[in-house]
Amino acid sequence: MASLDDLKKRIASVKSTQKITKAMKMVAAAKLRRAQESAERGRPYSEKMNNIILNLSNGISDKENAPKLLSGTGENKVHLCVVMTSDRGLCGGFNSNIIKKAKSYFSKILNEGKQLKIITVGSKGNDQLKRVYGDKIIENISFKESKNANYFDADKVGRIIIEKFEAGAFDICTIFYNQFKNVITQLPQAQQIIPLNNEKGQNDSDESYEFEPDEDEILSNLLPKNISTQIFKAMLENSASEQGSRMSAMDNATRNAGEMVDKLTIEYNRSRQAAITKELIEIISGAESL
Amino acid sequence: MSEEFKIEIVNPEKSFLVKEDVLEVVVPAFEGEMGILKDHISIISFLKPGIIKVFSKSGDENYYVEDGIIEFKNNNLSILTSTIFSVVDLDKSKQGDLLKKAELEASKAEISDQAKYLADQKVEVLRSIN
Repeated sequence: MASLDDLKKRIASVKSTQKITKAMKMVAAAKLRRAQESAERGRPYSEKMNNIILNLSNGISDKENAPKLLSGTGENKVHLCVVMTSDRGLCGGFNSNIIKKAKSYFSKILNEGKQLKIITVGSKGNDQLKRVYGDKIIENISFKESKNANYFDADKVGRIIIEKFEAGAFDICTIFYNQFKNVITQLPQAQQIIPLNNEKGQNDSDESYEFEPDEDEILSNLLPKNISTQIFKAMLENSASEQGSRMSAMDNATRNAGEMVDKLTIEYNRSRQAAITKELIEIISGAESL
Repeated sequence: MSEEFKIEIVNPEKSFLVKEDVLEVVVPAFEGEMGILKDHISIISFLKPGIIKVFSKSGDENYYVEDGIIEFKNNNLSILTSTIFSVVDLDKSKQGDLLKKAELEASKAEISDQAKYLADQKVEVLRSIN
């Protein structure tokens, strides 16, 4: 059994851990509110963008010559996966969930005999993936220095992807991120961005638009922007998810630490009493023997 | 009959401006400035750097944009843009920063004709605000 001193030290250490997790929870809660707000504010833009592209692609006259970003290269050999994770740890299953989703997708692709290329956004994903898929990672981007997700960063990622696409480095691009549902639920998502998946559309296709300049030119201007927009959306969802996940993880940790302190305190008191009783018995039996 | 329509300007971070009482909007479309009144035909176009002029019952406003897409449908004008600044709020230092960035871009040697054209436009528009 541990000595009284050891127990005392352990209680103190668990208590200070609890203080840290409690503080982290508070910080995450404050950041979550901001992240959630910006995720909600960012939604109209990506929705409108999607709508316009839908209308445009419905109106496009020559499907054969449509921009490659929309229709794809016609092949299905090289897959590019953009795995978006956080730069910081201590956020529960947030990063592992994305990685798990991505890994199952990777093994599916590799089993089909296709080529795989990976871009990691955020250092945590890179750390977890480089052990198994180290040779597949072609780029690692991290935005440690920027505080909040901003469009400028998303645009940078978008440009890298488009550059590689135009150089013919891949045929299909999928992004992995966590969609924020609520504080305790985040859904890992795999979303294909090149070629654009527009199956659910076809809503108000009888609406006729005037285009200036023509559809093809607008589309080729718009599609790269859409890539950045989708990445930005994923970044916003991710940052809200990260804070939500961290908040609930830290909440659990604080509670567990509380339970541990209670248990240790009981153990401490018991052994203290046992020591006192033992001493008393020794004194009494010593006095009796005289 | 009222001559008003609705305008909505959104940037990636938020909904920038929503107005219901707009009489006319002049946008710097890629092929030249374009004035939009109520019951304009449905149109999609994209923007070059320039000034969006919004004329409404509650006052006129000017905005500087660097790029964007506009969609007009059922008397709803949506403008999507990644860089937008209200001309009123655009102070000298901010304007100077943007101008410097645009000039730097325009002076690069290895850019495409279109990028060069866009950068020149930025410089020109930013200078004209003074």
